[in-house]
Amino acid sequence: MVGYLVVLLLVLAAAAYWIGRTRAIASVNGDVARLHSLPGQHGMFLALFAAGPALLAIVVWSLVTPGIESSIIADRFSSELSGMGVPQVEAFIRDARAMAFGGLVGFADPTKEAAAALYKSVHATSTWIIWTVALVLSASGFYWAYSRIAPAYRARHVVERILRAFLIACSVVAILTTVGIVLSLIFESLRFFQQVPFYKFLFGTHWSPQSAFTGAGAEAGAVNEDIFGMVPLFAGTLLITFIAMLVAAPIGLMAAIYLSDYASKSVRAVAKPVLEILAGIPTVVYGFFAALTVAPYFRGIGESLGLNVASESALAAGVVMGIMIIPFVSSLSDDVINAVPQSLRDGSAGLGATKSETIRKVVLPAALPGIVSAMLLAVSRAIGETMIVVMAAGLAANLTANPLEAVTTVTVQIVTLLVGDQEFDSAKTLAAFALGLVLFCITLTLNIVALRVVQKYREQYD
Amino acid sequence: MTDAISSFGAVGRPVSIHTDDAAKARLKGRYRTETWFKWLGAAAVAVAGLFLVLLLSTIVTQAIPALRQNYLTLPIDLSAAKVDPAKLDEVNYDAIAQEALTAKFPDVTSRQDKRLLRGLISTGTGVFLRKDIAADPGMLGGTVDYAVPLDDFADLYLKGLLADVGSDEAISTSVTPSQTSGDIDLTFGDDAMLALARGHGATEGENGRLTLTSGASSLLVAFNGGTVKLTALSPAANGTVIAKGTVIEALDSTAPAASGQAFLRVIETPEASRKISDKVIVWLDTLKSAGLIESRFNSIFFFTGASREPELAGVWGAVVGSFLTMIVTLAIAFPIGVSAAIYLEEFAPKNRLTTMIEVNINNLAAVPSIVFGLLGLAVFLNFFGMPRSAPVVGGMVLALMTLPIIIIASRASLRAVPPSIREAALGIGASKVQTVFHHVLPLAMPGIMTGTILGMAHALGETAPLLMIGMVAFIVDIPGGFTDPATILPVQIFMWADFPEAGFQQKTSAAILILLVFLVIMNAIAVILRRRFERRW
Repeated sequence: MVGYLVVLLLVLAAAAYWIGRTRAIASVNGDVARLHSLPGQHGMFLALFAAGPALLAIVVWSLVTPGIESSIIADRFSSELSGMGVPQVEAFIRDARAMAFGGLVGFADPTKEAAAALYKSVHATSTWIIWTVALVLSASGFYWAYSRIAPAYRARHVVERILRAFLIACSVVAILTTVGIVLSLIFESLRFFQQVPFYKFLFGTHWSPQSAFTGAGAEAGAVNEDIFGMVPLFAGTLLITFIAMLVAAPIGLMAAIYLSDYASKSVRAVAKPVLEILAGIPTVVYGFFAALTVAPYFRGIGESLGLNVASESALAAGVVMGIMIIPFVSSLSDDVINAVPQSLRDGSAGLGATKSETIRKVVLPAALPGIVSAMLLAVSRAIGETMIVVMAAGLAANLTANPLEAVTTVTVQIVTLLVGDQEFDSAKTLAAFALGLVLFCITLTLNIVALRVVQKYREQYD
Repeated sequence: MTDAISSFGAVGRPVSIHTDDAAKARLKGRYRTETWFKWLGAAAVAVAGLFLVLLLSTIVTQAIPALRQNYLTLPIDLSAAKVDPAKLDEVNYDAIAQEALTAKFPDVTSRQDKRLLRGLISTGTGVFLRKDIAADPGMLGGTVDYAVPLDDFADLYLKGLLADVGSDEAISTSVTPSQTSGDIDLTFGDDAMLALARGHGATEGENGRLTLTSGASSLLVAFNGGTVKLTALSPAANGTVIAKGTVIEALDSTAPAASGQAFLRVIETPEASRKISDKVIVWLDTLKSAGLIESRFNSIFFFTGASREPELAGVWGAVVGSFLTMIVTLAIAFPIGVSAAIYLEEFAPKNRLTTMIEVNINNLAAVPSIVFGLLGLAVFLNFFGMPRSAPVVGGMVLALMTLPIIIIASRASLRAVPPSIREAALGIGASKVQTVFHHVLPLAMPGIMTGTILGMAHALGETAPLLMIGMVAFIVDIPGGFTDPATILPVQIFMWADFPEAGFQQKTSAAILILLVFLVIMNAIAVILRRRFERRW
């Protein structure tokens, strides 16, 4: 129903534009030159005031109401829901909403039907309120703006100021996103650290949150603090990242060198798109490839050599992740290598160095900060990569440096802890946010260090 | 003199440390290093290309079988005795189809075999039949030939993916059965069968007896209109071989088959290591040779929602979910991203706020995608109480993730518009806003569109953040709106990749193929936009 309201407001805005334009022209009897602002700007001014505030109200309403409606239901049915855990309450409210709006429900009972009826009436009330508010805002905005339109009125200034405010607001979204990420991660992590001391989390060597409680559901007992040690996850992440970099760094760097200094135009015309396609393939595809082709292949090779390779070995996940990162490394290195001025190459060639000597002794040292920075960014990318390891790496947190065994990573555990039914106050799900915070901090640090390396050690030519 | 001669080379130049033999060897070494280095670079590129070819060929070869599905045509009895036209919803259509199938094999009598036989056709048969009857009531009243989809194992066998079956070969000796059904003895006129059985993994026993266990290839002998599976062979007097066998399809008679009248079929894959039994293989081959099985374009896969049965699972629900999610992403990320880029590039003063925004955008571009999922879970779902698994939430999360890409691309594109355009507009009295929106933005639009499409392509393939906000749920219905529970194509791929049924492997690859096709289309549009409209000043 609110969709109709939005459409109605947009129609009103279009009408207001036309009315504002006409009124502006009429106010000077068609002699447009006498207007301070163009007729179109008057129209825009009227349209903005007729629809803007109302649309803003609708945005706020649609963000706020689902929460309010659910809390009203939970509040009204608090006696029926008192014995339930958080997920059951959530499921109840979800079912009630589904029944109220004609969705599919697992099973219905009288309580749920009553809740659905209440939901319907609450929603009807809130819809009615937003209609009223929006129409009142629209009408008063229109009235106010309409009465302003006059030849000397500076509609352009108002419109441009509003537009500029909108542009600034859009830019601030980036900051808000960062703030949102940091705050949500920190808040949930703090709740986690109230249950599990952070030194046990950071330095513990045992990770098995699935056995976190003695009981189940609402009767869960005290949290076992010793099973939230993230060292094995971190070690596993580093192992897989290391394998990935062993694949990606040499191949990516050599490919970049070859493409920038050796390859003919026709080779480049083929090789560049190949790398771009490799970069554009979704990670879930790499994950499927790792789990279904590469891992059994490595296992087979291992068997024929008499080695015991786990079917979810770190090697398979690492190698496929390395393949995924090759284009990332090569495109960053390519930029850096191309940024080394031609005069350095010419000078080296003039001294009689061969091309490879020039590259190894002149170009690479000059590009070193950039290459180090590229490698750091690639490591950051590998640490944060999720789908390949979720599909190809293991779930068991082994503390091992053997690439043939299964290890698990930070991202795998975040996914495992958060997919499926969740209880939002359990240490298990909160642990995922703590892991997320660690992940965020590591990648952020790597990115900042990468940036600093370039800024600090870059050779200034020109 | 000798000294002087020795210090001159053959061409008469003085020998120095740059031209003596050591130097030549050095030079040779340097050139060798040069060649090596060059080839190493070429090899790196080749390896990257090889990986791509390997990846794509694996996916494509696995996906191709999933594009077709085998259907079995059965005479379905829809007469009033079976189907009451007044109560169409209460009819057990599955049972009717299964009856039609069992009628084809009258000698299958044991309960277990009947269950096996019924399992040949998909469990979704009843649903299809009901839907088609509802669409065309003219089918009712008699017996109609109706094509039902085969179960995934039967389908995979017919596509040659479950067992390695050799072609029928005529047996060059006579074969005499002792009975027409049950466990029987077969007498072969010569002992060629013994060598054959040995070659196919038969176990040696006493007195030259060979046993064919389930770990050996299956040897089937077809003659007299039936099929016998050999279980053991032993040499007999006067060079003949007596074989024990189980009749899978009853023989017409116990008359001996002359040389060339009996046929041997070898199923190379041992019965123990395949998921389809000899019986089912024989039934399917019989149906196939009767011309009842036909391979069709797999419309189930393309036009239905998810299912736990491989032969009934389709991608349409996920495609619609992806589409809805992308609409939300585009609707949020495009206006906000372009506005932010315009502000930062054209209006922003150099102050702390704008520096902070820029640092933020660059950092967001490098934040792992799963962290955006955590943000969505904590803020959109828990704080604002938005519905789980809904495209609107998924779209918002992906929009936040795509925003930095779009902003960075748009800024580059705006920066590429030369200042002379702005100066000319300002010079004839346009305001700053008019300059930007009437002159700079239209010129930068192709570049902005390219960046946006590439950002959307990135978002389309993203999986991890959507797992966090519950889009991994098993949803059968096709989503009808932005707040309906939905799943998206990459998540569907992730879920199918996890299912153990063999049929899902092909489905996963086919779904990946569809995803890649969408990505290729989007990238192609971006390339065309760039080629056609991007101007160089």
